[in-house]
Amino acid sequence: MAYEVDGKTITVDEEGYIVNLADWSEPLAAIIAKSEGLEMTPNHWEVVNFLREYYNEFQIAPAVRVLTKAIGKKLGPDKGNNKYLYDLFPYGPAKQACKIAGLPKPTGCI
Amino acid sequence: MSDIEVPVLQDYVPTPELHVGAMAGLKPFKASPEHQAALGFPGTLVDDWKDVAIRRLGELVEGSRALRVYLDSCVKCGACTDKCHYFLGTADPRNMPVARQDLLRKVYRRYYTWAGRLFPWLVGATDLTEQVLDDWYSYYHQCSQCRRCSVYCPFGIDTAEVSMAAREILDSVGVGQKYCNEILGKVHKIGNNLGLPEPALRNTLEGLEEDVKEATGVDIRFPVDVVGAEVLLITPSADFFAEPHIDGLIGYAKVFHQAGISWTVSSQASEAANFAMFIGSREQMQKVAQRVRDAAIALKVKRIVIGECGHAWRVAYAFWSTLIGPLDFLDPRYPRPQHICELTEGLIARGALKLDPSANDDKVVTFHDSCNVARATRMGDRPGGQFTVPRSVIRSVCAHFVDMDPATIGDRTFCCGGGGGLLTDDLMELRVKGALPRLQALNTVVQDKKVTHMAAICAICKTQFSKVLPYYGLPREMVVSVHQLVGDAIVLGAKE
Repeated sequence: MAYEVDGKTITVDEEGYIVNLADWSEPLAAIIAKSEGLEMTPNHWEVVNFLREYYNEFQIAPAVRVLTKAIGKKLGPDKGNNKYLYDLFPYGPAKQACKIAGLPKPTGCI
Repeated sequence: MSDIEVPVLQDYVPTPELHVGAMAGLKPFKASPEHQAALGFPGTLVDDWKDVAIRRLGELVEGSRALRVYLDSCVKCGACTDKCHYFLGTADPRNMPVARQDLLRKVYRRYYTWAGRLFPWLVGATDLTEQVLDDWYSYYHQCSQCRRCSVYCPFGIDTAEVSMAAREILDSVGVGQKYCNEILGKVHKIGNNLGLPEPALRNTLEGLEEDVKEATGVDIRFPVDVVGAEVLLITPSADFFAEPHIDGLIGYAKVFHQAGISWTVSSQASEAANFAMFIGSREQMQKVAQRVRDAAIALKVKRIVIGECGHAWRVAYAFWSTLIGPLDFLDPRYPRPQHICELTEGLIARGALKLDPSANDDKVVTFHDSCNVARATRMGDRPGGQFTVPRSVIRSVCAHFVDMDPATIGDRTFCCGGGGGLLTDDLMELRVKGALPRLQALNTVVQDKKVTHMAAICAICKTQFSKVLPYYGLPREMVVSVHQLVGDAIVLGAKE
């Protein structure tokens, strides 16, 4: 499995997460989202960008609660909840949004 | 979620018409050479895998009288056949516990019994072939080691031990499962299943302090690495990360706060789970457990309390004294270790917590017994405490509690469908189908008793239900942590 961006082949693991985090780009994110059946909107980008910022600082995706709080602050309190994030990323904000953001898949009992 | 054929919930779970080979193709992703190497296993299938596997099987049987008895004594009576949630959900006859076990048993018989060596065709003994190895990988990853079948087995054969042995043999020839082995590597490298580094752990917990302060006006601490704390809390890292787990963590913190018990988590042992049990590796299990002993000694704590994690409680309750004992440096006046539900129940019993159950009046709650807690451990000082203690805690904080069908709770509880190292996306079809018996019983009390929430004390169960409930048309939010109910009912400030 691999993605094609501007003629470059990006390798991914069995589950579609990119192997080399430096390969990530916005066009790639849009392509991954499309393969997940999602169209990126500004609200999707808010989530993806926050995940990347957090990852850069902490080397892990934020807890779901940290994410909902941050999105609530940015997009308004009516959007700072799980339901809103699941509406954006139906397979779950932690895993699906991480995949699009080019971050490793969170593991464990989650 | 559309390509999985989701079973329909009925009034009861019928024994399905057999569908031979229904799940034959199902295989979880294999561990990469790096994941394998981190645990000391061969990276890929070794050249002499047949000899290695047969030798390893021999060593395991030699080292465990129990395993030998389990392999020798099955008479194929069939009592276990319809007791497995994966069989009921998938209709694959190889998911009958007897048939799944026989995949290993027939090879054991061929190489380690007199009759099997001389007359294999007479006693159902077969050579170890590539096909058999393949079947092992597929079907021993369709057993959640929940041990429900063992409750009904007249010989008490512990199927989980057979599955664990099979996975241990697979690892020894270089065929590991990605989900479990990658996670174990993270525990060694970073300290927890999640791969949550210390700065992220601290940041998350500081965030929780702010949230709780905002919600309640009270300063509740979530301490990390506090030397000299009374209690070391060992909890699944999902409690720091996932929903609804994190609300349970807030509940523990409120309990400690109101009871005036100083506590801490450890950045070094920031994980209760011990996936080594799932892959049957005694050596890994010891290594993972050792972190807890080391952390407890370094932090000079007097007690170790285990958070809501099913198999962690089994490992702590049943294996720690052998693996990392004696825990004689801990205060003998308390169980060593103690479950968070035992602690909370004790505090409630002596009036140390001020509770207002009306906080949960919007809920009608039922309780899911997690398999490892139910069938491998105890809580409190009475037989069956592992069933009564969590229920007693829930009843103290919720006015409306009902149990599900008695044939699906207590030691007859059905697995959530994601235990034993199977809580991975690549096994989603199995997880959805395996959840059928539990969700059928849940749906019945939803319909008949107006149940709105199901409480659980296991991170795997909580995640699994959150994921699979929507497939059955039930809301994911109905799964809650027991200590979320407790936390919501605690009247803060009242006792300070």
